[in-house]
Amino acid sequence: MSNPETALRILIVDDEPPARARLRELLADIEPSLTTVVVGEADNGLAAMERLTEQPVDVVLCDIRMPRMDGVELAGHLGGLENPPALIFTTAYDNYAVQAFDLNAIDYLLKPVRAQRLLAALQKAKAARPILPAETLPAIGRELRGGGRTHLSCHERGRLLLVPVAEVLYFKADLKYVTARTKEREFLLDEALTHLEEEFAERFIRLHRSVLVAKDALAGFERAAGDDAEAYGWALLRGVPDKLPVSRRQWGLAKSFAKGA
Amino acid sequence: MASIRQIPSTHLLPDWRNLGTVLRVLLGINAMAMAAALVRAGSLAAWFPGYVEMAAWVEPPLFALLCLLAAGRDLLWRLPGRAAQALVAGAAGLVAGVQYDAWTWLGLAERAPLGAWRAALLGAAATGAMLGYFELRARAFSPAVAEARLAALNARIRPHFLFNSLNTVLSLIRAEPKRAEAALESLADLFRAALRDHRELVSLADEIALGRQYLDLEKLRLGERLRVEWQVDEVPVDTRIPPLMLQPLLENAVYHGIEKEPEGGTVRIGFARRGDELFIEISNPASPAGQGAAGHQMAVANIRERLALYYDLEARLETVQGAANYTVRIALPCRTRKPPSVS
Repeated sequence: MSNPETALRILIVDDEPPARARLRELLADIEPSLTTVVVGEADNGLAAMERLTEQPVDVVLCDIRMPRMDGVELAGHLGGLENPPALIFTTAYDNYAVQAFDLNAIDYLLKPVRAQRLLAALQKAKAARPILPAETLPAIGRELRGGGRTHLSCHERGRLLLVPVAEVLYFKADLKYVTARTKEREFLLDEALTHLEEEFAERFIRLHRSVLVAKDALAGFERAAGDDAEAYGWALLRGVPDKLPVSRRQWGLAKSFAKGA
Repeated sequence: MASIRQIPSTHLLPDWRNLGTVLRVLLGINAMAMAAALVRAGSLAAWFPGYVEMAAWVEPPLFALLCLLAAGRDLLWRLPGRAAQALVAGAAGLVAGVQYDAWTWLGLAERAPLGAWRAALLGAAATGAMLGYFELRARAFSPAVAEARLAALNARIRPHFLFNSLNTVLSLIRAEPKRAEAALESLADLFRAALRDHRELVSLADEIALGRQYLDLEKLRLGERLRVEWQVDEVPVDTRIPPLMLQPLLENAVYHGIEKEPEGGTVRIGFARRGDELFIEISNPASPAGQGAAGHQMAVANIRERLALYYDLEARLETVQGAANYTVRIALPCRTRKPPSVS
């Protein structure tokens, strides 16, 4: 019987029901050596984040390839939680990712998982929470999925919010922060505009030193009246009344994208 | 026996009934005629009329010869290589000579001394050049080379699939041992197919059965997310096709089309026969914005190359990225167990 005081709280994240069932079986098998309690299951990274914001967990056992949000992106968002859990990847075969994890000392289990390996990994995680390499995760993720993240983390009054990148109309850099604007509202992000520009080059273009805009959000352009030092012209957007400054350098490029839309 | 060995690439003569061979002959001989016309023409302006005039001489015996060779393909293959080559060159000379005589008899050309011999020599020489080309080609695509390439191209079931399937089976063993047994049996069949001799063509019925087994295994793993629609009525199931054509494409459809979607989707497989061609179509959900098309490329390029090795120009493979679906279409000649009788 698991003792709620000392039991290791575990969240299982995998998009395949049989794989989740198998991990439950294995956890039951190692019960004599290590007391664990499975506090929940999730079938993708986004659902896992929802679980984790509601309930603290000690260890996340997480598949890598999943729809909606993959395991590597989930790992990147964990750092934003108040009590980030330890993370152990479970994967069938992913040459590139596994090599990258080896280099970065991220723990992973190869499916089919052996009970002994699972036990060892959990004991290691219990003894010392491994620190996820925040710098290398985005690169591993991008290589794995061939694109940027699906969500961005935003801290608000002690809570972690996830902003879907697909809903962001533009990013704007102010003195200290980068804000992301969706149709509904603005979010303060802890990101650098240059990194965002690089990661989401498919979707966003730079309009100005301090502005990235989603290509499909562009509705039209206006030349600035007179000699405005800040902007050569203004970009109009779909769905929101905001006007964004466009620099002289980006004017031609920006207009060519609006024509295609 | 319908297999890749049926095309005796060891023989110096090509398959005269193959579209690719015929096309190469037509292009080669006409290229020679154009070159000859350029040599004969006094000026560049006279080149094209010169070629047209020459074509009138070249094409009729060329077509007649190709018909003869197509009819006599199997007989020629039975002869030793050099003798067969000599026979073909001789036949070309004969056809050219006969045509010269016919033309002059009809009054279409003026008779020159020994004109028929000159035509025969030219015809034989041009044919000799083409035979030399086919001999070199046969060497380049020698069975050893072709088989090595086929072996390298085949047996590409993703390791990802094997390990995930084994994991699924492990999860079933305690709760549902019967299903676990069935799954292991299917897995064994799939790998037997992947590891067997790839030179033999297999029946479409076998390929479809294998595809079903593969998708059943994936269904165990993905559950409701994977839906499959087969359209197999009116399919000539005894058609012989290269082994493991369907499975890699189905695997692609699942890997890139279904696994990425939280709600999954439907993989559609359809077959149709039109005339002597078999059409296979496999589609999976994929948005143009996604990585769908790019991810498919490796397996598609692989199968395209295998089709070329088996059928030369007679098979086609095309891919279409639609608004919501990614589709692979294959057209290949219907070859049943017995070679079609010549009517």
